[in-house]
Amino acid sequence: MSRVTRAIVLWCPDWPVTATMQEHGIAADAPVALVDRNLVFACSAAARSEGVQRGLRLREAQFRCTGLEVFPYDPVLDARAFEPVLAAIEEIMPGVQLVRPGTCAIRARGPSRYYGGEEQAAVALLRCLGDLGISGARVGIADGPFAAEQAARSTRGGSGTVRIVLAGDSPQFLAPLPIGLLGQSALATLLRRLGINTLGDFAALGATDVRERFDEAGARAHVLAGGRDGAMVVPRIPPKQLDSSASFEPPLDRIDQVTFAFRAAADAFIAGLTRAGLVCTAIRIEVETESGQTSERSWQHPRLFTAADVVDRVRWQLQGSGSIESGLTSAITRVRVEPESVDDIGHHEVGLWGGGADERIHHGLSRVQSMLGHDAVLTATIGGGRVLAERQVLVPWGDRAIAAKAGARPWPGSLPAPAPSTVFEVPRSVAVLSATDEPVDVDERGEITGPIELFSPTASRSDLQPVAAWAGPWPIRERWWDAAQSRSLNRFQVVDASGTAWLLMLDEHRWWAEARYD
Amino acid sequence: MPQSAATLSSTAPTLEQVRDLQGRIRQMQATKLETRSLHTHPAIAELLPGGALRAGATYSVDGSTTLLMALLAGPSSAGAWCGVVGMPDFGAEAAARFGIDLDRLVLIPHPGDQWLTVTAAVVDVLTVVVTRPPARTSDANVARLNARLRQRGATLIVLGGWPLSEARLSISNSRWDGLGAGRGYLSARQVTVTVTGRNTMDYPQSARLWLPDPEERFREVSDQRPRAIQERGIVREAVG
Repeated sequence: MSRVTRAIVLWCPDWPVTATMQEHGIAADAPVALVDRNLVFACSAAARSEGVQRGLRLREAQFRCTGLEVFPYDPVLDARAFEPVLAAIEEIMPGVQLVRPGTCAIRARGPSRYYGGEEQAAVALLRCLGDLGISGARVGIADGPFAAEQAARSTRGGSGTVRIVLAGDSPQFLAPLPIGLLGQSALATLLRRLGINTLGDFAALGATDVRERFDEAGARAHVLAGGRDGAMVVPRIPPKQLDSSASFEPPLDRIDQVTFAFRAAADAFIAGLTRAGLVCTAIRIEVETESGQTSERSWQHPRLFTAADVVDRVRWQLQGSGSIESGLTSAITRVRVEPESVDDIGHHEVGLWGGGADERIHHGLSRVQSMLGHDAVLTATIGGGRVLAERQVLVPWGDRAIAAKAGARPWPGSLPAPAPSTVFEVPRSVAVLSATDEPVDVDERGEITGPIELFSPTASRSDLQPVAAWAGPWPIRERWWDAAQSRSLNRFQVVDASGTAWLLMLDEHRWWAEARYD
Repeated sequence: MPQSAATLSSTAPTLEQVRDLQGRIRQMQATKLETRSLHTHPAIAELLPGGALRAGATYSVDGSTTLLMALLAGPSSAGAWCGVVGMPDFGAEAAARFGIDLDRLVLIPHPGDQWLTVTAAVVDVLTVVVTRPPARTSDANVARLNARLRQRGATLIVLGGWPLSEARLSISNSRWDGLGAGRGYLSARQVTVTVTGRNTMDYPQSARLWLPDPEERFREVSDQRPRAIQERGIVREAVG
C-alpha cells in the first residue's frame, strides 16, 4: 500500500457566489443567486434562508425571495477570483494545489511543524483568508486530500470551522458518510441498489472483488472510501507575474494623458512577456476611475501584441465610440493590463524573409482604426440565419470571428441562389400596390390579397413604376416563443421596369426592401 | 503520331482560341511604360482598355454592385487584398459566392467625413479598393488621390461618376430569368455591359454577359457573338 500524505484542505463554501459578490461589490448579507441555464446554480446564505436552493428554477427562486439579485454563472470568474487567494496562501505556506475554484489542498507536514501544530496552521490559514475579506472558510486536516476535504465539508459554520481527523483515524471518520460523496453517480446508484449505503460498507468489501466487478474506477473509489488515499498533494507552480499596471496620482482626465502615461507600463508588460519567452494574443484591460467604477474588456489580436498595440487598446477602451478629444466622465486612477492568452514566442517568430505584406496591411488598417475607432474596420464571415443582414457576420479587424449561428445548417426558408449584391444595412421603406391602386397585403392564411402591379423603390407615389415579374409570399416564422427575437414576415422578389430585381419583405402590413439585385 | 496529325489536319484555329490568345498577349504586353496588369475575370477582361485591370488606374461603375463584384473577383481570387470603403450595403455573401475571398476583404462601411483620408490610407496597403465617394469631391482631392494611386500601384473602383477614370462601365438591358407573374424565383440575369474608355476616340466596347448565370458565375452569353470584336475586325484578320 502506498503511503498516505497528511493533507490540509481549505474549502470556501459558495465560492461562485463569493466571487460574484466581490466582483460586483455587493454586501455580504444580500440575497444573491447565480443562474445557469435558467436553474439556480449557487446562492448566498441570505438567499438560502429565504428558501432558495440549488437546482430551483429561476422563476420559483424569485417567487420565494423577491429581492433576489440574479447573475449568470461564470466559471472563468470563479477561477480568476480564486487566484489572489492562492497567491496569498502561497505567501504563508508553500505547495498549494488547486482542487477546484474555492477548494485547495496543502501538504500538512511543513506548515504544522512551522506553526507548531496542525491546529495552529489551520488558524493561520483562516487568518490569512480573513485578511482578504473572505469569511466562512472551512479547513479540514486528515490523511489524504479526499478525507481532508470531507473533514472540511463536515464542519459546521460559526465557531467550529476547523476539523482535524487524527492520523490513522480517517477510515473511522469516513465510514458513516454516504456513498454519494465519491462523486461517481453511476457507481453510487449501483452500490445503493446492492444495499451499500455508506463508505464504510463499501470499504469493507474485498479489494480484489471490487476491482473485478467495478474495474479501475471502482477500485480507485474503494481506496478513497477506505481512507487509504495515496494521492499526493501536487503543488502548483506559481505563475509568473505578467500583468502590469500604472496608477495615476493625481487622477488623469484626458485620454491622451492616460495613454501617454501608460506607455511605460505597456513597454514593461511586453518586455516581461518576452523575457518569459511568450507572446500575448489576447489581453484584458481594467480601468479604474475616481468615482469607483471599473471597466474591463478583453482584446484580441490577429498576430501578437506589441507595446503600441496595447496602448492603442487602452485608448480604444477609454474612447468608447467618442473621438480622441472627448473628455472622460470621471478621471482615471489606475490602468491594469494582464495577458489572457499567451503563446510560445517561437511560434510567432517571423520567417527569414519576413511576413512582409501581412504586416504592412495590419499596420495600415490599424492606422485607420485609430482614426475611426476599433469597430470601423471590419472583416466579414458568412454565418447562418434566414435574414440576409443576419447571415453576414462583421467582425472588427483584429478580433476573431465568432459566428452566432452555424452557416452549414440547412436554414429552411433562406433565400435560394443567387445572393443579392446589395443588402441594405437598414431596410428601406417601399410601396407595393395592386392594379386597383390598393396596397398589397397578406392575410392571416398566408394568401396574397392581389397580384402586384406597381412598385415604388422610395415609397413615394411619384416613383411608382410597373412591375415586370414577381413571386411570393415566402413566409419566415422564427422564434415565436421568444417575444424579443420573434420574427414573422413574408418575402417577395420583384423585378421592376428597369430590370433591377428587389427582395422585399412584408412585416406587420408594411413593405420594406431587404436587398437589391443590382 | 495520331494526336499531332489531328492537329495538323484541323482547320484554322477557332474564334475562341484566337480571342483567348489575343487576350493573353494583351495581358502580358504592357501598353504603356511601367503599368502592371492585375488578374482580371475573363468575362470582363476583354472589354477593358488594355485587356485587364491596370494597377494605379481608376475605374468607375454605374449603378451595379454585381458588376463591381465581377471586377473585384479577378484580383481577389488571385490573392490580392481588397477593401470596400463607404458602402454599408455591400452584400458580403454575394461577394463570397461570386469568388471574392472574404479572408482578404476589408470593409470600412462608415468612413464619415474622413473619406479621403481613409481611402488614401487603405490605398497605401491594399491592392484593389472599392469606394462610393461622397457627393462632392473637389478636383484637387481627386487629383491627389490619383497621384497616390499611381505611386502605390493600387487600383480604385468607384461606384458612381469619377473624373479621370480609365474606363467607365455601365449595364443596360437587364433581363432576369426564373421569375414569372407570381411564381418562380430569380435564377440568372443577362445584361449588356458597356465599357467606355477614357480616350474618346475609342469605340465603346460592349458584350452581353450572364451577371450571374444560374451557377452564380460570370460568363459571356455564348449563343450571341460579341459585337465589339466583330466590329474591330479581329475575326477576319485571324482567319485570313
